[in-house]
Amino acid sequence: MMANDVANHETTDEAAFRAEVAQWMAASLTGEFACLKHRGGPGDEDAHPALRKAWERRLAEGGWTGLGWPRAHGGRELPVMQQVIFHEEYARAGGPGRMGHIGEGLIGPTLIAFGTDDQKARLLPGILDGTTFWCQGYSEPGAGSDLANVRTRAERDPATGGWRVSGQKVWTSLAHESDWIFVLARCEPGSQGSRGLIFLMLPLDQPGIEIRPIRQMGGGAEFNEVFFDGALAAAADVVGEPGDGWRIAMGLLGFERGISTLGQQMQFTHELEWIAQAARANGASRDALLRQRIARSWAGLRVMRYNALRMLAGAAQAGADGGTALQREALIYKYYWSNWHRDLGQLALDVLGPLANVVDAADARRTRLQQMALFSRADTIYAGTNEIQLNIIAERGLGMPREARGQS
Amino acid sequence: MEFSLSVEQQMIRDSARDYLAVHSDSAAVRRATESGPAHDDALWRAIAGELGWCGIALPEEAGGAGLGVPELTLLQEQLGQRLACVPFWSGLCLAAPALQASLGPAGSAPWLARIAAGEARATLALPEDGGYWFDCVGVHADPAADGFVLRGTVAQVFDAAGADWLLVPARLADGAPALFLLDLGDLGDLGADTRLVLSPLDTLDRTRPLSALRLDGLPVPSVACLARGEAAAQGLAHAWWHGALMLAAEQLGAAQQCLDLTVAYAGERIQFGRAIGSFQAVKHRCAQMMVAIEAARSAVHGAAQAWASAGAEAARRDIAAARVTADDALRFCAQEAIQLHGGVGFTWEYDPQLYFKRAQAAAHWLGGTAVALAYIAATGPDAWREA
Repeated sequence: MMANDVANHETTDEAAFRAEVAQWMAASLTGEFACLKHRGGPGDEDAHPALRKAWERRLAEGGWTGLGWPRAHGGRELPVMQQVIFHEEYARAGGPGRMGHIGEGLIGPTLIAFGTDDQKARLLPGILDGTTFWCQGYSEPGAGSDLANVRTRAERDPATGGWRVSGQKVWTSLAHESDWIFVLARCEPGSQGSRGLIFLMLPLDQPGIEIRPIRQMGGGAEFNEVFFDGALAAAADVVGEPGDGWRIAMGLLGFERGISTLGQQMQFTHELEWIAQAARANGASRDALLRQRIARSWAGLRVMRYNALRMLAGAAQAGADGGTALQREALIYKYYWSNWHRDLGQLALDVLGPLANVVDAADARRTRLQQMALFSRADTIYAGTNEIQLNIIAERGLGMPREARGQS
Repeated sequence: MEFSLSVEQQMIRDSARDYLAVHSDSAAVRRATESGPAHDDALWRAIAGELGWCGIALPEEAGGAGLGVPELTLLQEQLGQRLACVPFWSGLCLAAPALQASLGPAGSAPWLARIAAGEARATLALPEDGGYWFDCVGVHADPAADGFVLRGTVAQVFDAAGADWLLVPARLADGAPALFLLDLGDLGDLGADTRLVLSPLDTLDRTRPLSALRLDGLPVPSVACLARGEAAAQGLAHAWWHGALMLAAEQLGAAQQCLDLTVAYAGERIQFGRAIGSFQAVKHRCAQMMVAIEAARSAVHGAAQAWASAGAEAARRDIAAARVTADDALRFCAQEAIQLHGGVGFTWEYDPQLYFKRAQAAAHWLGGTAVALAYIAATGPDAWREA
């Protein structure tokens, strides 16, 4: 009863597509892949990386990569609603966290928009067929919320005509499982802020690159530090013009557009179900306060669902009007979901009670809830901290004064 | 589901916004409520007359415009933003749906036609403990020679003063639910009839008048009983859920006004040589208000769309979610509006106090968030059985 109300009033095509995805998932997430159900994703990226890469190839064979990409670049060019349905059914079936997300969702669309013909021909097929994996090198120790403060340097390499990269990136998810990294680096010495940057792509398997894992508070290590010491990016692997990196980097961040949001919400729904089941099993569901918190959490799920539908409708409307400004519902979304999810983590621990402190790998469900609760503390930090989100909401949504900038 | 407003819906929203900004501004609200809880008669005559809002969501066969729940939420939001002192919610969002669901389309049409035309003002005497189920109805109807005798009390009836029709859910001698319509006009001088006492209450929130109702053996003819049995029970439940969604829309609008007032004030007020809105401590609170408001907007809009596309019953949990979210939003925004206005925030002269009082009152109407959360808990996560 919980799930089927999401399918209300679809067109016949959409309903058929939904059934097709569900059937394919049911038939494919079996056998060797069965253990991947509900595994992977933020907070659980350490789970079965090799098998999840094999799963990406399986997805590609099934025709489930590049759904929104143009046909000219090997995609299926499906309408937004079908892409949303895919993400939703994928998550409903417990599809594993996507190893190919950075490639398919971020660098692929960036190359399609800004890349050369050569780059598209060389790099897009590996993304589509699930054989080339990418990671994102934006943040640095001194450039977190203030991303434009990147210090990593790119210098012309006279011998090859390419670029030599030196510096350090940090919080690089899955770098140790990736083949390529894209970085934002400073190519004009002495430049400041968003000017003088270059957007480069580098193979990770080369002498000038060292990857060191960062152990998180949950014990896992899905983030890394990536050190560059004269690593080489080929001349052909610059996206856009040298000096134009900020524009490319910001364009990339705009490609998400909420399409995978409903899939993320489906995962959230699963987590709330697990919590409700745990509460029933241990009697916490008879506690009036916990019952209210579970109910509130469900109300938040509905808010997110309808907010996401507003976002999709708003983006379509803005697209039709030629505008790009984020609507109010899009401005608040990251702040809302991340704080909701952090509260969900707290709720999970409170429902588990004293056992929340006890580690038992044999209890897979409890382990997942514990890890979710710990990792959810990162949700309000990555991709724009709460504090940065509130600045953006106040400035862009309410027209309030911009933050003063210090001397850098 | 449709998540962009149609051109027609935008027109309804914008014209209501523009009209109320002029005719139900702060000065108008204060005039209407100067000497206690009251009613803005000029505004109501416009709404019931030239603006035609009473008929907007009523069926065409009753002389209405036949639009739906989404359009009505847009109007309610605007009325809430201005705390318009008119009996719109009680009449169009509670009483009219009670008639529709109790009597069916044909049976209710004559009554709705008079409401749509602005000729009759109706209100619904909801049971005291704020539930939508009939068990909590405390008015009893005993058979009499040519009708019934009504006994019981209802602690708070919205907008009863000046109403033409008082809809009263009551239990028959055998315990069966029934819906009575008391035509206050026909009863003549109520002040003289000690068997029906409507006592206006003095309230902190003066923008929505309340009266206590006492029925002390009031004889009514049998035609006063409009519906009985399942139809009456359904009528009450339908009205309650409809009213809950429309109350959430109203709370959303009121929360938006709290934010608009606060952002404007924070842009004008200078301290330490800067507009206080440039301080993160202030602007972050405003941003949090916007988060709460947009969350409520998504919940209200989503529940309205669910009602329109899947029906009233299927929308109930979404309505409960909307109610919780909108109630949170208004309480938070009203509280922050006072805080961020500083000293003037708690004066009579500035508006935040009006919204704070409405927020506090509305939080307990229709059982408040406790009933909504209990409904979700009873039908939601605990009912999810699959492993």
